[in-house]
Amino acid sequence: MSTTAKGQILDFIRGRYPQAEIDESQDIFALGFVNSLFAMELVMFVEKTFEVTIPNEELRIDNFRTADAMSGLVSRLAPDLAVA
Amino acid sequence: MTVIGVIGAGVMGVGVAQNLAQTGHDVVLVDKDERVLREALATIGRNARMSRLMGGPALDPDEVLSRITTAVGAAGAAKADLVIENVTENWDVKREVYETLDAECGPGTVFVVNTSAIPITKVAAVTRRPDKVIGVHFMNPVPAKPAVELIPGFHTSQDTVQRTRDLLAAMGKKAIDVKDSCGFVSNRVLMLTVNEAAYLVHEGVADAESVDEVFRSCFGHPMGPLETADLIGVDTILYSVEVLYEHYADSKYRPCPLLKQMTDAGLHGRKSGRGFYTYDTQN
Repeated sequence: MSTTAKGQILDFIRGRYPQAEIDESQDIFALGFVNSLFAMELVMFVEKTFEVTIPNEELRIDNFRTADAMSGLVSRLAPDLAVA
Repeated sequence: MTVIGVIGAGVMGVGVAQNLAQTGHDVVLVDKDERVLREALATIGRNARMSRLMGGPALDPDEVLSRITTAVGAAGAAKADLVIENVTENWDVKREVYETLDAECGPGTVFVVNTSAIPITKVAAVTRRPDKVIGVHFMNPVPAKPAVELIPGFHTSQDTVQRTRDLLAAMGKKAIDVKDSCGFVSNRVLMLTVNEAAYLVHEGVADAESVDEVFRSCFGHPMGPLETADLIGVDTILYSVEVLYEHYADSKYRPCPLLKQMTDAGLHGRKSGRGFYTYDTQN
């Protein structure tokens, strides 16, 4: 179990799609097996795990394409957390 | 000002209400349970917020919700110019709702039956306005799906067809004309496909992942039939296949025993956390 935000996000994605090899810079939407339902699950996972509320203007696909992008979003919303 | 009544605040009613509100319509959302209505508004707000992320338009959740009022009991739609009914696919429940609507609504109100299987002519027969009853089979999730099946009943008037077409166009939906028949086009084909896919797993020909992979990778479908079954609900699939089996009295619709066993075992798909796949919602 990872302790960094990026690691936790990667664990979550890999847990749901164990058959895929996913690294932090991989566009999970471009891989083809992630659908819009999973996008919603990602939002809920990020908000619950990191105790943040993602503002409406940040709810864009580009913020959720990669683990890098998601941890970047978390670090903007909760600067203290992402350093961990 | 046109007011649209939406009866039933389950998955379909919530989607229809949101779709109407986000395209500028005033909606009265009706359910028999006040708690369900409260949850429905929360869901609509959440879904509106997620709209752009899900590939839809950017929406202001407060603006969408400001167009929706709620009421307990079908009589709450008495003042609606058009009613879209989305209650459970159970004939006794539907019949009672239509008897109430027929008594409460004005004589000009059109009743749109949102059903995936029940014949429209049968619904129209319990009202005194069979010319104003028409079927529309919305797909889930409603705001994201570009088309519907439009099903006039035996007595449906051209005026009713046109009013419904106009509303669907305003909701951004393409209407595909289909004649009144149990299961219409979509469920006659989809339910048999899912049922046969379940037989393949039941007989050990392929596992669920492999069945779905064939549809995704070979046919380019965004989802395989068993993922779709988990999304719709395995119990709902079984119920739909049974309705077709009973209606046509044709053995080609015989339900796969695996669907029955999964339904009995509580493996209902995404909503129960497990179906053909396991969904760990915690992590």
